Amino acid sequence: MSGRVRFETGAVTEMPALEPLLFELQQPGRTGRHVRGADEADVLIPAAFKRTVPLPLPELSEPQVVRHYTHLAQLNYSVDAGMYPLGSCTMKYNPKINDRAASLPGFSDIHPHQPDETVQGALRLLYELQELLAGISGMDHVTLQPAAGAHAEFTAILMFKAYHEARGDTKRRRVIVPDSAHGTNPASAAMCGFDVTTVKSDARGNVDLDALKAALGDDVVGFMLTNPNTLGLFEERVREVCDAVHRAGGLVYGDGANMNALLGVARPGDLGFDCVHINVHKTFSTPHGAGGPGAGPLCVKRHLEPFLPVPRVIRDGSGTYRRETATLHPKSIGRVRSFIGNFGVLVRAYAYIRTLGEEGLVETGRDAILAANYLLALVRERYDVAYERSPMHEFVLTAAKQKRQGASGLDIAKALIDEGFHPPTVYFPLIVPEALMIEPTETEPKETLDAFADALLRIAKRIETDPTSVRDAPVTAPLRRLDEVAAARKPRLRYRPA
Amino acid sequence: MGQNPYSPHTDADRAAMLARVGITSVDDLLTAVPEDARGPAMGVPEGLSELEVQALMERIAALDRTAGSGPFFIGGPVQRRYIPAAVPALALRGEFLTAYTPYQPEVSQGTLQAIWEYQSLMSELLAMDVVNSSMYDGSTAVAEAALMAVRLTGRRRVVVANEVFSQFRQTLATYAKGPELEIVEVPSRELAANAAGAACLIVQHPDAFGTLVDVRTIADAAHAAGGLCVQVTEPHANALLDPPGALGVDIAVGEGQPLGIPLSFGGPHLGIIACRDALVRQMPGRIVGQTVDATGMRGFVNTLQTREQHIRREKATSNICTNEAIAAITASVYLSLMGPQSLRAAARTGVARAHALADRLARLPDVAIGAGGPFFDRFALRTPLGGELRTALLADGILVGEGIGRHYTGCGDGVTIQCTELVTDDDIDALVGAVKRMTARRPVAAS
Repeated sequence: MSGRVRFETGAVTEMPALEPLLFELQQPGRTGRHVRGADEADVLIPAAFKRTVPLPLPELSEPQVVRHYTHLAQLNYSVDAGMYPLGSCTMKYNPKINDRAASLPGFSDIHPHQPDETVQGALRLLYELQELLAGISGMDHVTLQPAAGAHAEFTAILMFKAYHEARGDTKRRRVIVPDSAHGTNPASAAMCGFDVTTVKSDARGNVDLDALKAALGDDVVGFMLTNPNTLGLFEERVREVCDAVHRAGGLVYGDGANMNALLGVARPGDLGFDCVHINVHKTFSTPHGAGGPGAGPLCVKRHLEPFLPVPRVIRDGSGTYRRETATLHPKSIGRVRSFIGNFGVLVRAYAYIRTLGEEGLVETGRDAILAANYLLALVRERYDVAYERSPMHEFVLTAAKQKRQGASGLDIAKALIDEGFHPPTVYFPLIVPEALMIEPTETEPKETLDAFADALLRIAKRIETDPTSVRDAPVTAPLRRLDEVAAARKPRLRYRPA
Repeated sequence: MGQNPYSPHTDADRAAMLARVGITSVDDLLTAVPEDARGPAMGVPEGLSELEVQALMERIAALDRTAGSGPFFIGGPVQRRYIPAAVPALALRGEFLTAYTPYQPEVSQGTLQAIWEYQSLMSELLAMDVVNSSMYDGSTAVAEAALMAVRLTGRRRVVVANEVFSQFRQTLATYAKGPELEIVEVPSRELAANAAGAACLIVQHPDAFGTLVDVRTIADAAHAAGGLCVQVTEPHANALLDPPGALGVDIAVGEGQPLGIPLSFGGPHLGIIACRDALVRQMPGRIVGQTVDATGMRGFVNTLQTREQHIRREKATSNICTNEAIAAITASVYLSLMGPQSLRAAARTGVARAHALADRLARLPDVAIGAGGPFFDRFALRTPLGGELRTALLADGILVGEGIGRHYTGCGDGVTIQCTELVTDDDIDALVGAVKRMTARRPVAAS
């Protein structure tokens, strides 16, 4: 991350800025020569269809473009640069060999419309990844298609709908979610046309089993559960929860956002879940890409298999790999995206799993849990924990005490920036006041965990004596706090020439 | 221990950490896990060294025929185009690639400004007011646009042209199952006549067969009936053709992969979605806005978040929480390097090659080109072999697009031929020669 620098550009900007916009750097006539020729095409397009409005894309030389994006990159904090303890996001190190694997021409330069016989390597990799994820999750079948966790939720709830309807059970209209659930859970249920019922958590941070039982009925499609949940806690009565849902005829969706904690510890398939998604950009180390794309494979039990999206990747008796469409899978919910999955991301996940192997995955889950518990032990002398239980791979503090002393959870987050760290997730889960949700992952060395704890403790001490100073943070980042209210009140969503 | 090569912990580290927690084993932290489920076997093979993984991945990758290793005419939503060297060098920098969603804008200005610039560049290309970078791919962008139109009009009927990419229509059909929307498929030329009661008309221009479509008439019909017009577009076509914003379109969608993103067997790619200003509060996904920091410096933040799932939950405009940021940054770097000149040149070259190829094929006996109207940079090729031509050409090492008959009702049978700036004269010679030989070899029909 660079310091607070104004770049010398000579460009006229409408206000002081860290880096001019592409549009402010451009000059008409400036251009590279990446592709040229074929003016004769102009006569091939009928006049009625030709572009009549200007095409004011910026005109820049390649060196300018390179400097611009290099400067922008330098304004970012990233896992490559330091600890990024966003809870529920599993910001572990992203190995470089996996990027190189994805860029091999045999993986990057193949088209999804190529015939199966020309993409046997890609199909083999996908098939083997399906098998690996089935073993890791304890499920029977896997679709690699969902582009993200939320996309997997949507896919699964549509499959739940198809499952019930195939049994002639058409009165189910409600999906239940805990109050600690990610916002995507209720949003996915709503996209599938269902109503959402929220059940509360109990005093130990579990789903309130009595509340759940009271909410269950023969109109319930299913229940969506994150385990460990968003408080970082393992659901203590997970089997009773799943049994209760099943007794009511519902299905249990596993939100696998926190799967990193379960590697080698327990498999959702052995705990009563009917399916679980895996965020490979969390658990299996594929880069988060500044927000995406990741991938969210969905692993399901046998009874949901007929409803999986198409195309399916299968291996036939002769060892040949094929994509099968809805003709062979008439109960399938259909296609959920253009093609077979975020292949370039899945290649990385495959390489990671093959690198770690069974023992490496076991060690990963245990190290992630140990790191979170160690960090919690270091910071709890000055911070209150939301629930008095041993967490799994992440934990949630409440800064309610610090708030009373004069600085909020958000202030603490911003003060961490001045300490050289990316802040944790703040204000989530919604059921914890002034929540700070911290997930260190297994790839941060003990020295870094110690330094992060020291930073959090220093901030707590500052709040006890001089909370005002914390409210000004950050002061060392490229920018000071941004005015989000103004951004929303008068949206400026694109460049408009002055 | 020492099984995860990316874990920094020594046994001494682990011992010190356990001691600080006050336990002797991680097992002491797992008491909530049902005992019989603990420590399961997962069936994953033993771990490999980096060298071994590299060799394994090379071995698997070598089983694929790469697009660039012979004549290649497959296209559609995903197109093999020239990617300038600086595109991956910049877009895949670790500072972009290994960051997350810019929740903390003070340390994420690189991502935020790059996405805001993407929104701006795409707005110019499409001549639309608002663009975001949250859609997974072209097909889900079509589905989200339909859901947006349903919310905006309160109507439950969506009319889509047959000549929209088959994968897009199939995904739309899946997304319609939850809210139980009525999806009607009609030929493009009948869209306008089916506007009554429709939330939106969905037209593709150029369509799946490259045919140019009169979008203005369809948009006018949609508006006259109180509905919206959604256009499926593709990036390079907009360099030469009137863009959605000039045609009266309300929501423009498409696949952004041709903008410098590798084929990668269909993903990860970039869904394009754009709309008019008035519709932005119903737009799905994350949007970046410009603002200032506490000292008046220009900066960027995620904005209009009250549409989104983390705040609105089941009342959100979508369940999307992804930003296809690295794909959008890739597209932006591509557009800034190409500029209007190289972008036009690439689009023109595809058009010129497609027409030169079509002219030569049309001179062969029993060969028909296109759907009758003017086309852009791809066309339908119909021969007596129908869709089987694809298999026949594969034996010659020539790859052409999907068979038409299976995926497009009432469009006859044949294959689609896509040209881009990467198609060479030799590729064209090879295809023309092979089609000539294969159609000549066929016995004369009895009639």
